[in-house]
Amino acid sequence: MTIARSATGRRTTGRRATVRRAAVRLGAVALTGALLAACGSGASDEASDGTVTLTVDLFGSFGYKEAGLYAEYEKLHPGIKIKQTDTEDEQDYWKSLQTRLAGGGGLADVQAIEVGRIASVTQQQADRFEDLTKYGAEKLKGEFAEAKWSAATTKDGRVLGLGTDVGPEAMCYRTDLLKQAGLPTDRAELARKWSTWDGYLELGKQYKAKAPAKSAWLDSVGSLYTIMIGQEEERYYDASGKLIHESNPAVKTAWDTATEAAAAGLSAKLDQWSPQWNQAFAAGSFATIPCPAWMLGYIKGQAGEAGKGKWDIAKLPGGAGNWGGSYLSVPRAAKHKKEAYDLIQWLTAPEQQARLFEKQGNFPSSTGAIAKVAGATDPYFSGAPIGKIFGDAAKAAPVQVLGVHDKNVADQITNALSEVERKGTSPDKAWSNAKKGVENITG
Amino acid sequence: MTLTAPAGKAAARRRPSAARRAWRTVSPYAYLAPFFTLFAAFGLFPLLYTAFVSLYRVELQTPGDMEWRGFGNYAALFTDEFFWISLRNTFTIGVLSTVPQLVMALGLAHLLNYRLRGRTFFRTAMLLPYATSVAAATLVFAQLFGRDFGLVNYALGLVGIDPVDWQTNTVASQIAVSTIVIWRWTGYNALIYLAGMQSIPSELYEAAEMDGASRWRQFFHVTLPGLRPTIVFTAVVSTIGATQLFGEPLLFEGSVSGGISHQYQTLGLYMYEQGWGFFHLGRAAAIAWVMFLLILVLVGVNALIVRRRSRKEAGR
Repeated sequence: MTIARSATGRRTTGRRATVRRAAVRLGAVALTGALLAACGSGASDEASDGTVTLTVDLFGSFGYKEAGLYAEYEKLHPGIKIKQTDTEDEQDYWKSLQTRLAGGGGLADVQAIEVGRIASVTQQQADRFEDLTKYGAEKLKGEFAEAKWSAATTKDGRVLGLGTDVGPEAMCYRTDLLKQAGLPTDRAELARKWSTWDGYLELGKQYKAKAPAKSAWLDSVGSLYTIMIGQEEERYYDASGKLIHESNPAVKTAWDTATEAAAAGLSAKLDQWSPQWNQAFAAGSFATIPCPAWMLGYIKGQAGEAGKGKWDIAKLPGGAGNWGGSYLSVPRAAKHKKEAYDLIQWLTAPEQQARLFEKQGNFPSSTGAIAKVAGATDPYFSGAPIGKIFGDAAKAAPVQVLGVHDKNVADQITNALSEVERKGTSPDKAWSNAKKGVENITG
Repeated sequence: MTLTAPAGKAAARRRPSAARRAWRTVSPYAYLAPFFTLFAAFGLFPLLYTAFVSLYRVELQTPGDMEWRGFGNYAALFTDEFFWISLRNTFTIGVLSTVPQLVMALGLAHLLNYRLRGRTFFRTAMLLPYATSVAAATLVFAQLFGRDFGLVNYALGLVGIDPVDWQTNTVASQIAVSTIVIWRWTGYNALIYLAGMQSIPSELYEAAEMDGASRWRQFFHVTLPGLRPTIVFTAVVSTIGATQLFGEPLLFEGSVSGGISHQYQTLGLYMYEQGWGFFHLGRAAAIAWVMFLLILVLVGVNALIVRRRSRKEAGR
């Protein structure tokens, strides 16, 4: 008879616990089996000629394919074929990844993890991902920014992912719209004028007074809040893993600034990632948008060729910050673990990270790559020195304390901010809604 | 009598073997077996397993650690504000979509019942929305209902009405979601009504006409009473559909919380949010069972009303 250890000390005999666990597993398998049948499994198989097809499952826009990195890797490694699947919205991606992890099937050889989820992976699901030190990952440690590396390391020293990009923050703006409103368009002058968030809101009020029709100062107060909270070290969790969103003064400051901007009518009231937000890039519905480095590629995609040269980038008000960034991991259930590790090691190596930044704007997390791109400029953004702007921000950005529900808490708060600006809900009521939403998730 | 006699004789002559007779008793079950096997695997088992899970705290990330909660998940629902909001939304969206849908379907069926040129075309066209996938229809409607660049607001602007925020405004968003439901299901119900109308004997209409009843009076006094069982059927099916409403609100903005302040989150969507947004499988299972019981109650009430009405009629 199996004696199952009852970790929580419940009143269960070993046998009952085993039966129950088996039943759960059966259910989970039945459940995910049905779901997977619909998604088509991401399983890879060796073809008869010995070619290995590696599957890579990503969210958002990593840009590997667009930058030609897969093609190059395939050329360097005959016998390897790479197949990529991509989900635009990280929330949807995470849901589907969790379902497949629970069922233990249908996982790709390489799975991407967003930084807001990495704590959940290291604290709750470490057993479902390969420890990359098995393949010699520890010798790469010196290549990455310290914070990036440690966030993907478990307490007992297992490394569960290699860092791809980080999200140093800056402010993107439309020079043509600012000019129409009689505001300066020079990045140094703007950086001086909006060196603080109050200065940024002040400029916003000036813009509003003389702005072209149907054009607001920024896209949404949610993005203002998110970029501000990215400048903080402690946000929703303290170092001991306790939720502190209610008492953290930094959250309060960012919230108050965002609601102030809403009250002043400075925002275009768009929900980030909604189709309307996408359309607004080309329509010129807003003059400024807080932009982490990875947003550059998104702006180019949405604003299109017509937007070339109309955009520029300046230093962020209120100091440096970081928003987002990702990891590449190999799940335990992957078919070709060794080959997958070789691929992610190559993709996250300094040369490839540097190339990706130049082509797509995803800012490198590898220190070697950061040095390489220091001189980069981007013609789409009026020749802005993106290597320097984002490099300085990356150096000065605080090392953030991450928690299991980081992303969920952030979503509840930005939802509440949307209520303030779109429904006219009072900030106090909206804050209590956000609090209830967080309790609903963590309770 | 004379007709059946030879058959009886033939049967007596060829007495079927024991195996054949056994097969005859068993075969109906064998024919039914595939259905019941599938039902057991994909209907009954999930139902019972959901009941089992709903008594525990289970998280998707750690499905091995189950913590016994008894009816704790159910009790928590009663004090859960979001549950009540979604229950209320389910009801209001249900009414907003079902009532106009059935009324319009009745009217359309009545029109289609006339001798029209190209009848088959119209009847087929009616069914087209029903054949469209929920996802496709919802995504198109979401574009139409866009706040800044949507066609609906553009049209409203032409007649001087300010743009409506079809996503955020509680009433407007529920109307928008209901519109998708109405668009998809009106034609389907119209065809069912049409079939019902065609089974009403034409003598009744002739008699009514002889008595000098107008078309309207005929509709109210012949068509409607004749359609009663059909109407009850569509009402029951629509009620069940409304209680389970899920795809339209989920895809309207792609938000599992049914809008920024849960303004159009239905029960089905709330269950999904708990289960696959927050990964609280136990709580999601409890919501699933509450929905199941709710549907049983609704259908029961429906049946009671129908029985009382028909008893009244019989007593008349």
